[in-house]
Amino acid sequence: MIEIVSASRCVTCDVCIAVCPTNVFELGPGGIPVIARQGDCQTCFMCEAHCPADALFVAPFTHPAPADSPLRDEAHLAASGLLGSYRREIGWGRGRKPGARLAVGPELGRARITSAALP
Amino acid sequence: MPSHDLVPLDLTADVVVVGGGPAGTWAALTAAESGADVLLLDKGYCGTSGPTASGGTGVWYTRPDPAEREKAMAGREALGGFLQDRRWMARVLDQTYENMNRLEAEARYPFPIVDGEPYKRGVQGPEYMRRMRSWIKRAGVRILDHSPATELLVDGSGTVAGVRGHRRQHGTDYRVRARAVVLATGGCAFLSKALGCDVSTGDGALFAAEAGAEMSGMEFSNAYGIAPAFTSVTKTAYYGFATFFHSDGTPLDGAGSQGGRSVIARELLRTGIVLCQIDQATPEQQEQMRLGQPNFFLPFNRLGIDPFTDRFPVTLLLEGTVRGTGGIRITGDDCATTVPGLYAAGDAATRELICGAFTGGGSHNSAWAMSSGTFAGRGAAAFATSLGASAVRRKLIGVGGAGIRPDEGGRAVGRDDALDVIRRQVHPYDKNYLRNGSRLRPALAHLDAVWEGFRGGAIAHGGELPGLRQAAAMVAHARWMYTSALARTESRGMARREEYPDLDPNQHHRIAVGGLDRIWTRPEAVTGREPAAA
Ligand SMILES: Cc1cc2nc3c(=O)[nH]c(=O)nc-3n(C[C@H](O)[C@H](O)[C@H](O)COP(=O)(O)OP(=O)(O)OC[C@H]3O[C@@H](n4cnc5c(N)ncnc54)[C@H](O)[C@@H]3O)c2cc1C
Ligand code: SF4
Ligand code: SF4
Repeated sequence: MIEIVSASRCVTCDVCIAVCPTNVFELGPGGIPVIARQGDCQTCFMCEAHCPADALFVAPFTHPAPADSPLRDEAHLAASGLLGSYRREIGWGRGRKPGARLAVGPELGRARITSAALP
Repeated sequence: MPSHDLVPLDLTADVVVVGGGPAGTWAALTAAESGADVLLLDKGYCGTSGPTASGGTGVWYTRPDPAEREKAMAGREALGGFLQDRRWMARVLDQTYENMNRLEAEARYPFPIVDGEPYKRGVQGPEYMRRMRSWIKRAGVRILDHSPATELLVDGSGTVAGVRGHRRQHGTDYRVRARAVVLATGGCAFLSKALGCDVSTGDGALFAAEAGAEMSGMEFSNAYGIAPAFTSVTKTAYYGFATFFHSDGTPLDGAGSQGGRSVIARELLRTGIVLCQIDQATPEQQEQMRLGQPNFFLPFNRLGIDPFTDRFPVTLLLEGTVRGTGGIRITGDDCATTVPGLYAAGDAATRELICGAFTGGGSHNSAWAMSSGTFAGRGAAAFATSLGASAVRRKLIGVGGAGIRPDEGGRAVGRDDALDVIRRQVHPYDKNYLRNGSRLRPALAHLDAVWEGFRGGAIAHGGELPGLRQAAAMVAHARWMYTSALARTESRGMARREEYPDLDPNQHHRIAVGGLDRIWTRPEAVTGREPAAA
């Protein structure tokens, strides 16, 4: 679920308010969006992909991250490179090459069924 | 942000498209190119909403080479229980080829280059849907985001003549008078939190049924996607390289992402824990996976898991008709329905015509979304043109029932009761996935009772209405699913019954289903095949 709106990074463009498919954000004080309805978040990462300032972070859980989770710690997320990592991987942002250009996965073979005989 | 000015918005359009995923955007584009004035409404935001935008899709794309085509069509006929229509498969392959080429040439989608040629067997969701949004805007389509439709409007003869809905960021209702409507609202995943699917609550199917349309293939509705436990990322393709284990680390015999998912479901029911490791991919394949689907790795990277060397717990999330095949029954090549003026496309429509009794993963859904969207957009524009000038003076009658126009005297049931029944009777693997009549019947009885209560008293207005209507749509969906599942006393494609494990050649038909207060089913002959293929 969405966990972080970084007040120091946010450029108050309102993009997240517009693009969130489940209307999780509201405009807050100083033009910085607030997470108004976290329970409606569907953990789709779209706000993060569209935020031009790498100010948003979506933890991968379908429930709120525990209070002491490092995924709620902006300093940790910035230092570890996780903040803004999805945009980097899909190549969105100025001067980046679209990730779609490189998106060729492996050939998907036949289904593999786990066998108890495996070592 | 919401200004709460309560002035209702009154609009007109030749064609209204409800839903802005791939099906809706292709429908809007095609209708606009046919000369129609088009309005597209999305519950969320056209460009990010729906599973394609967040998930991305493989695409059933083949060059128009007869041998390649034959292989593509023959590939999954048995899996699909021989319910597909060969003629529709061919026209969807043709249309998908054309659309993917246009996506490159006209929307400048940056396809990868493989062996000197653009590789068009897949699209990254955010990139694809962002480009579709700008493309349809260039084509003159007007878009209203955050504007869930809540009901269809018909004229005195029952022909569809518009929609009504709510603009949730403005706190106002809206009404659109239209000459034709395309429903492209996606499938129904019952708020399971599968990737991008919480907007997929089956709304279009409810609206269509209220106007008199029928469904088909609703027994093929029990797709469950694999995700790392407690996450949303139901991207299943790469689990083909995985091994599954009991909680004690011994291999889970028979488990697999294809053909062995029910083993995972049984173990989850029994112990609550299944472990997984993507241990069958070479280093080169691992590298390709990271480039191919970056969103597959979001949970792993963020939780510090190396899926190739670590064992992590997995779960199965219900994807319902998003990766099932059932939906609104199509009655013509232009994706018309049984209701004049109403067209259906994408997951909202039945995909049996090209998938038969099975879809799940792998590219048919996206090909169907863009092709059926194109057919429906063209059909709707032609219908709009065929109406005379007096069409704009038609009387508009709302046909929404549950939550809008309650029956007299019932026991009032609210949204929370409905969601609770969905959680208890539809999500569980032992009811919806591992199906047995002895469990389906009581589950259906619970759903019927909630429906009755809903019809009896549930009512909402303004910003509360879309949520209540979504709950009604999910309950209606589940009742069509289980009623059809009970009518199919055999195992075919995704519709498996424990007590009828075999395919029954006498049930080589589709099942049409419909009705709201009283649900009916009817066998429909399979079209577009040699007789007695199964
Ligand atoms: C994780 C995942 C991976 C997938 N991978 C593949 C794949 O590799 N290949 C493949 O072929 N398929 C795949 N699928 C299936 C594919 O995503 C769908 O078939 C496809 O998105 C259907 O497109 P659509 O336009 O019909 O509906 P959607 O993409 O669901 O769009 C529906 C739109 O309608 C809007 N809407 C809903 N209700 C209303 C309302 N009441 N009023 C206004 N708007 C409304 C929604 O907000 C949404 O924007 C995958 C699905 C999932 C969940
Ligand atoms: S998208 Fe990013 S920068 Fe823009 S308002 Fe939201 S958080 Fe701030
Ligand atoms: S992850 Fe998706 S649902 Fe959650 S806040 Fe971001 S855009 Fe909205």
